[in-house]
Amino acid sequence: MHLKNIRLQQFKNYNKAEVQFSEEINCFVGINGSGKTNLLDAIHYLCLTKSAINGMDNLNVQHQREFFTIFGDFDLEGKELEIRCIFESGKKKQLLQSGKAVEKMSDHVGLLPVVMIAPDDTMLIKDGSEERRRFFDNMLCQLSKSYLDSLVRYQHFLKQRNALIKQFAEKGRWDKNFIAVYDREIIQLSIEIAWQRANFITEYEPLLKAYYAEISDNQEEIGITYDTHCLFENFEKNFQSAAQKDFLLKRTNMGVHKDDFVFELEGYPLKKFGSQGQQKSFVIALKLAQFQIFLSHKKTKPILLLDDIFDKLDDNRIQKLMQLVADHRFGQLFITDARPERSKEILSKINSESRFFLVKEGVLKYMDQ
Amino acid sequence: MNFPSKLIENAVNEISKLPGIGKKTALRLALHLLKQKETFTEDLSASLLALRKEVQYCNSCFNISDEPVCSICTSQKRDKSIICVVEDIPDVLAIENTSQYQGLYHVLGGVISPIQGIGPDDLKIEALIQRVANKQTEDKIEEVILALPATMEGDTTSFFITRRLKEFGIKVSTIARGIPIGGELEYTDEITLGRSILTRVNYSAD
Repeated sequence: MHLKNIRLQQFKNYNKAEVQFSEEINCFVGINGSGKTNLLDAIHYLCLTKSAINGMDNLNVQHQREFFTIFGDFDLEGKELEIRCIFESGKKKQLLQSGKAVEKMSDHVGLLPVVMIAPDDTMLIKDGSEERRRFFDNMLCQLSKSYLDSLVRYQHFLKQRNALIKQFAEKGRWDKNFIAVYDREIIQLSIEIAWQRANFITEYEPLLKAYYAEISDNQEEIGITYDTHCLFENFEKNFQSAAQKDFLLKRTNMGVHKDDFVFELEGYPLKKFGSQGQQKSFVIALKLAQFQIFLSHKKTKPILLLDDIFDKLDDNRIQKLMQLVADHRFGQLFITDARPERSKEILSKINSESRFFLVKEGVLKYMDQ
Repeated sequence: MNFPSKLIENAVNEISKLPGIGKKTALRLALHLLKQKETFTEDLSASLLALRKEVQYCNSCFNISDEPVCSICTSQKRDKSIICVVEDIPDVLAIENTSQYQGLYHVLGGVISPIQGIGPDDLKIEALIQRVANKQTEDKIEEVILALPATMEGDTTSFFITRRLKEFGIKVSTIARGIPIGGELEYTDEITLGRSILTRVNYSAD
């Protein structure tokens, strides 16, 4: 699978732009703030219907404009697919597959797999459990419609249950019969989601270990522990007995929304004991394992977006990553870099077609090699 | 929108408060009224006023009615041992149009949704329980059919009602969900298709 071209209108700092891409490596160069990452984000939009950076669509419209459009032609193993993403402020975002409107955005998710490696990925290690749940949920949702369905239902029932608890708190009375309706759904869905997460980790962890070993020089043992209370035998009973706590804290305290994925280094939490370098290697391994899992499930190489990695990674890790590129382990690649000479030098050593684009204040130009 | 007259503006503002009607349609309707005879508008407003002032809801099933008890509830032809629970009045009309149902109805007036502040007490759920409880002696209710929307709120409401009806030991059923008649499997969404396989029914050769 690859993206043949992209056409932007009033997207972020681009008024109008149109470019043809290489099937192999595409490199966007230009000074900071010129709009390199915005191009990666536009590709992210086409694949996943949303921004990788900014959750609010209206913040991605060019200043003083009302709408943006992103059009792109994909090649899906020889089959053409045109994707159009249209957003007008105050209206519902539209996505069209070869002219046909997609009713639910979730129907599009999973069709065009994409993996992005960005400077702030270390958030996955440093921040709270919410970031990690989102990372794994995103992946699982792209792999399984039934997981997506369960998760949407879970979040909805959780919202209802929390609203109900707040009402109980205001009235000072807990209605056991009323809340039981939500307890049943949340317990069932928690068990379902937790099983799927646990199964996924058993498939994902070996890939993660393999990539970590490739990226880092050291031979340390890494791993992930899926931390949940939803697969214990007495989960249902525990859920019920947390009612008192729920009432006092005015929210639901048991369920998969409390899960975590603990990253480990030699059996200890990476967050506390990993060095900067180990953490960087770990997040790259996380993303490359994601690439591998999409590849094995979707039978097509996902698009890989590499944001500013030459600047943020040390030479050793860049070299390892580029070795993977040189081995043709990846499909289509999009890279951003503020320094053209550097990326040219790195990419010239690789036997792949690479195309360079100069980005300057929202204007895109092809660069001669 | 700028109007040449305050009268038109007022009328447009009022009409456009109706669901599905924007300012342009409202203007068209207002101008249409001006083109008709005066009696047309008088009849229209009189009928709307009468509707609002005199409308009644059936004491038993809460369907719209001209009498304290509606024509369905009083009809001799209806099977009084079955109650079909629906969210709102249009659902009664929809089921009536199928001509497949001869029992009684019960209109809840909504579905449970704590986010929107709608709890069981805001709906006619207690009245339904009373109906079933009162009839335990003579013309016993034998079945309650839950015909609520196939949404998460609809499901929760169905489950809540089922729990409340448990003590009476009557049959509680819910309308089937699955492939629409004349529908192709390949175009059916995965969730509906998946559920329809899970809740498949026996096929008889008779």
